[in-house]
Amino acid sequence: MTENVKKQNFWARYSWIMWAVIVLAFYVWSINGLQFSGLQESAAEVSKSIMHGLFHPEWSYFYDGSGEDLFSLIFQTLAIAFLGTFVSAILSIPFAFWAARAPRENKFHLRSTSGKFILVFIRTFPELVLAIMFIKAVGPGSFAGVLAVSIHSIGMLGKLFSEALENMDRGSEEAIQSAGGSKADMWVLATMPTIMPEFLSYTLYRFEIAVRSASILGMVGAGGIGTPLLFAIQTRNWSRVGIILLGIIVMVTAIDFISGTIRKKLV
Amino acid sequence: MDKQQLPQRPFAQKYHVKGIGGALVFLALLWGSSVMTGVNWGEFFTNLDQFFDLLSRMAHPAWEYTNIVIQPILETIQMALIGTTIGTVIAIPFSILAARNLIKNSVVRGVIRFILNLVRTLPDLLLAALFVAVVGIGATAGVWTLAVFSFGMISKLFYETIETIDERPLEALRAAGANNTQVVIFAVVPQVLNSFVSYFLYTFEINVRASTVLGYLGAGGIGVYLQRSLSSFRYDQTAVIVLAILVVVIVIDAVSNNLRERLQ
Amino acid sequence: MSDESVLIEFDNVQKVYPNGTVGLKDINLKIHEGEFVAVVGLSGAGKSTLLRTINRMHDITGGDLKIDGASITGYKGKELRNLRRSVGMIFQDFNLVNRSSVRRNVLSGRVGYYSTWKSSLGLFSAEDKQRAVDALKRVNMLEKLYTRVDELSGGQQQRVAIARALMQEPKIMLADEPIASLDPLTTTAVMDDLLGLNQELGITVLANLHSVSLAMKYADRIIGLRGGQLVYDKPIAEVSADDFDGIYSEQAEIKGGAVNG
Repeated sequence: MTENVKKQNFWARYSWIMWAVIVLAFYVWSINGLQFSGLQESAAEVSKSIMHGLFHPEWSYFYDGSGEDLFSLIFQTLAIAFLGTFVSAILSIPFAFWAARAPRENKFHLRSTSGKFILVFIRTFPELVLAIMFIKAVGPGSFAGVLAVSIHSIGMLGKLFSEALENMDRGSEEAIQSAGGSKADMWVLATMPTIMPEFLSYTLYRFEIAVRSASILGMVGAGGIGTPLLFAIQTRNWSRVGIILLGIIVMVTAIDFISGTIRKKLV
Repeated sequence: MDKQQLPQRPFAQKYHVKGIGGALVFLALLWGSSVMTGVNWGEFFTNLDQFFDLLSRMAHPAWEYTNIVIQPILETIQMALIGTTIGTVIAIPFSILAARNLIKNSVVRGVIRFILNLVRTLPDLLLAALFVAVVGIGATAGVWTLAVFSFGMISKLFYETIETIDERPLEALRAAGANNTQVVIFAVVPQVLNSFVSYFLYTFEINVRASTVLGYLGAGGIGVYLQRSLSSFRYDQTAVIVLAILVVVIVIDAVSNNLRERLQ
Repeated sequence: MSDESVLIEFDNVQKVYPNGTVGLKDINLKIHEGEFVAVVGLSGAGKSTLLRTINRMHDITGGDLKIDGASITGYKGKELRNLRRSVGMIFQDFNLVNRSSVRRNVLSGRVGYYSTWKSSLGLFSAEDKQRAVDALKRVNMLEKLYTRVDELSGGQQQRVAIARALMQEPKIMLADEPIASLDPLTTTAVMDDLLGLNQELGITVLANLHSVSLAMKYADRIIGLRGGQLVYDKPIAEVSADDFDGIYSEQAEIKGGAVNG
């Protein structure tokens, strides 16, 4: 017995050494594996130009009535995110029911486990690749962006929705059932009103994320502000990069604020 | 029974002002967005065969490509680890300076939080495009991108954790004459260490996901090959890459989740 | 009392849960019309299960259960929903939809009388809207008609729940720990409401109660459960306070051999 205690003490006392070695090895492997190219000679100069551009943005690009200016494209970006999130929220509902585990079910359940796996797969499938695939189908432009956001967001919204379903209070459902209501009555009178605010709140949260991704989807040709941004970076038009960055920062901040305020009221 | 006894229903509730108004605003937004993005479901469904053609080509992955993919996918993990670490190291002082219970000077806190909020608005690929322009094509750009990206995320998670700690040990140490640094080391660190490590792992998970596409813009890792296969229309190779990403993400998530559960 | 007035009859009822736990064992019990029955016992003794077998929220696994002389164990679909419609139920945690108005919650008690599409669209008849007003008036909650439920206190919520159950025009009211989440003051109000239903509307009430003193104050008859078995059954006139040591103690001995079921 005493030896056993000693052994445990030994393990407890020295296991950190093992962990330290593992972590250290991981870092050595990573640092050796990466080929640090070293800074290009022009790096300092480029950084300086970027900074200069950021502080001297090209204001004339803000609005020129062509429809290709910052103002129009920022709104196009928001439209992509909004529409994509909306479509995704609707598509996510059946996925949520697929993946949600009923209260007294086992941890492994064929329906819910398979649903959860599908959601992981969708979440992992890079949004950028989806955008490129949809460009093949509908041509370059913001519609492809909408489709990419719609499908990719299912991965996260489906997961959040199904967790909300798993954790919801089933009391009001029981009450409707005991009053002689059918399954459909339970769903409409108890489940929906209980779960909707949570679904809405998650959808808004996902919208905040979609705004960020819609602003870069243009880099592969799926509409929004990303296209002129990448073009400006590649042509080293730093004052235009500056104004676009400002535009994105203001847009994201404003949306986060508005959406955050609504979400606080919902829950 | 006569109606007088009924309570007054407010005008807004009686005519469902909130519901109807909200629905109208929502429909207007929906309509506006559809016009602005040129949504055309007809076109989508007529061209659906092309999309399925693409999917069917992806359904036959070029397995021999797996060998080529392994090295860059490991590089992706390495980038994520180093990037997250650099970001975390920079984030620690910032999160201390942004914590309400440690820094009483609201100007310092305000400035720091403003910087952090700015950094967090920038999407990862945008950072990647910028860093590729600055340091050139390669993994270095990816590392810096992930460093800045995780810096923004971790600082916020960290200062929120610091703000929820138990204040009494801090008070006790201050009463015993400790300076600010001593208070942090002896009273703050022991309380937050576990959540810090947990958040580090969580950010690492997210960075592994993010790093898989950074290469699309030239910032190293598997994304470079993703771009190559897509632009040469080798969707069978794309499929291998997507599957490889899936495997790596699931493994990293599982390991990291396991470690995080142990930390609690 | 004569057998004609028997409303609910438990005939050797058994309930075993799928995981093997015994919920109810050999229950033989007759509840008469118009009675106010308090069910007492430790938590886990089977009180909730007993109540929920009456409206078939739980199915029994052996024996028979009759209401008005008709066996309910085989009911399905429409028959089952009609049974549930005639049995009102209130719950420990009220089970209201917190984000809906009091009015909508109370009206939802009427679902058993409507087709699904009508109740979903809120197409309740003027008569039923009036019924909701009357039900709320009975529990003194009329002034909260348009208030959202989450703005009410626990006691107020339980009274709204009673109003909702009244909408069913039930013959039987099941109350599952109706006052366990309430403070002493609102407890009295809720129990008085239940007593009112029993005495003025003639509804048969079965209430699970933790507190023996409340049971003695309100009920006509007290039954006790332990480990899923009926261990006590006496009309209130014969009840004495120290009878309950047997029900609430861990020992298996039953005081006074009180079972007469």
